[in-house]
Amino acid sequence: MKCDLQIKAVNNHFKKKYLPQIILFVLLIISLVVISFTSPYFLKWYNIKNILDQSAINILLGVSMTLVICSGGLDLSVGSIAALSSVVMALAIHSGFSLEISIFICILVGTICGLINGYIISCININPFIVTISTLWIYRALTLVLTNSSPIYGFPNEFSVIGSGSFMGLPISFIITLGVVIFGTVLFHKTKYGKYMIAFGCAEASLKRVGVSVNLYKISVYVFSGILAAVTGIILTSKLNCADPLAGYMLEMEVISIVILGGTSIKGGRASIVGTLIAGLLMGMLRNGLIMNGIASYYQQLLVGLILIFAVILSERDKLCKGS
Amino acid sequence: MSDEVVLKISHLSKYFGNIKAIENINLEIFKGEIVAFVGDNGAGKSTLMKILSGEYRPSSGEIEIFGEKVVKFNPKSLIKKGITTVYQNLALVDNLDIVSNIFLGYEKRKFMFFLQHREMKMTAEKLLKNLNINIPSLESEVGELSGGQRQGVAIARAIHQGGRILILDEPTAAMGIKESREVYKLIKSLSKEEITVLIVSHNIQQVFDVADKVYIMKRGNIVNQFKTHDTNYNEIADIILGEYAAC
Ligand SMILES: Nc1ncnc2c1ncn2[C@@H]1O[C@H](COP(=O)(O)OP(=O)(O)OP(=O)(O)O)[C@@H](O)[C@H]1O
Ligand SMILES: [Mg+2]
Repeated sequence: MKCDLQIKAVNNHFKKKYLPQIILFVLLIISLVVISFTSPYFLKWYNIKNILDQSAINILLGVSMTLVICSGGLDLSVGSIAALSSVVMALAIHSGFSLEISIFICILVGTICGLINGYIISCININPFIVTISTLWIYRALTLVLTNSSPIYGFPNEFSVIGSGSFMGLPISFIITLGVVIFGTVLFHKTKYGKYMIAFGCAEASLKRVGVSVNLYKISVYVFSGILAAVTGIILTSKLNCADPLAGYMLEMEVISIVILGGTSIKGGRASIVGTLIAGLLMGMLRNGLIMNGIASYYQQLLVGLILIFAVILSERDKLCKGS
Repeated sequence: MSDEVVLKISHLSKYFGNIKAIENINLEIFKGEIVAFVGDNGAGKSTLMKILSGEYRPSSGEIEIFGEKVVKFNPKSLIKKGITTVYQNLALVDNLDIVSNIFLGYEKRKFMFFLQHREMKMTAEKLLKNLNINIPSLESEVGELSGGQRQGVAIARAIHQGGRILILDEPTAAMGIKESREVYKLIKSLSKEEITVLIVSHNIQQVFDVADKVYIMKRGNIVNQFKTHDTNYNEIADIILGEYAAC
């Protein structure tokens, strides 16, 4: 009897903890069924591949954004970092560096950009919103200066594999994303890193008291964000076969949207990488479904906005009920 | 209680500019003793405790813990010496479960990175059982617990961190009578495990039943001290009221 009660308690606990993700998943299945009725091409494998490919970047960046937001922070500069790092990579390739070295340089640029964000936020203790909105402008401006605001074309053939190749039927971009999702999930649930990110979001002082080097951890999450932004830059460049100084424009907004939709609290302290994955897929699918049905793109934006506000109202209401 | 001195404070003073927060404090505390520090706002209780937990460096004077003189005043090194503070706001992370809170900063790991969930859970279970702390499920987030349970988790954590001397800052502030009683029961049981407890409080009556010794502080000094075994609350109350009235 007692054991029975305990199992019930655990079940309840599980439900309460993962309710937003469960709802989201159900929503994903429902939309899948509904859209497949409206268009015969929707469930064709090449279209599914398309959806995965198009959701890949949002989900990829969503992983680091989930951790950043969980820690009570924000990174608005990811789109600009993606553009800056890919442009530097393109310049490196054009000045004769090998592809491998250029990719390495690209990731190095992302790392440095993240390091700058993280350093200012944690060591100088400036609000992450202010810091990353500033670096959003700065990194973008640097990109435009470096390229004279025109795109850079011409890459080795093998480079296009990253953005448009596939492996075992799956787009390479999505495989990279899946790898990052698994890495992020393990990091979040199986190491102390995840615990500390949650603690940052809701009780930073308690970490300091037990002697955790708070600044180091905080910087690391922005570095992670910068690195994934650079990877995004690589994928985008490979896809378009062109390093566009305007690439990744407004990307941060899409990423933040799916992270919030996935059940991560914008106030920090609560997060779900799986939620981000599901939300990213849901958004990609809805967008694709609307296109399939010939609905104009501004309606897609309307839909994204509506879903987001609806999701947030739902989760806030849930919290209010718990609080009373 | 034994006659081993675990904490010896001699001629301890702390000044903030020309404000004297505490001045020339001398005392000896024995193993397994429960000692309460009582006094009005600004009496210097928190300052004394912050020195003992390594947050402040004393202006002058000495502290010996288990016979060793303290030279480095920072939280980590005082925790190493066996003195741990349970802060008033408890420094718990509400969104993390009980096990994660007890092990925060001291996680058990395998292969460098991965948390040993099962081992940590077992240790936590044993720890809480030893302390007679009643918690329905270790999976609960700390934010969902009652004030008494939270205090229990915070104390369990302090002991897990190796605390042999615990400093409790207003352990029953904002708690009902029943919950306070539970916390005091827990504190009493600690001294059976030879853990020494220092309690900071505003209220003598509250700590009278639990403490072995009470120090009354005023304006940075210890103005009175008594053993609770030798006296009863009513006898003391008059003296104390007299002292408070003289402020
Ligand atoms: N960081 C500080 N800077 C300057 N003055 C301080 C500081 N901390 C404490 N003081 C002063 O030292 C004196 C003792 O303060 P303390 O906080 O130790 O008292 P307390 O007994 O803990 O009071 P309370 O019951 O209000 O917590 C007070 O006059 C206070 O203003
Ligand atoms: Mg105080």
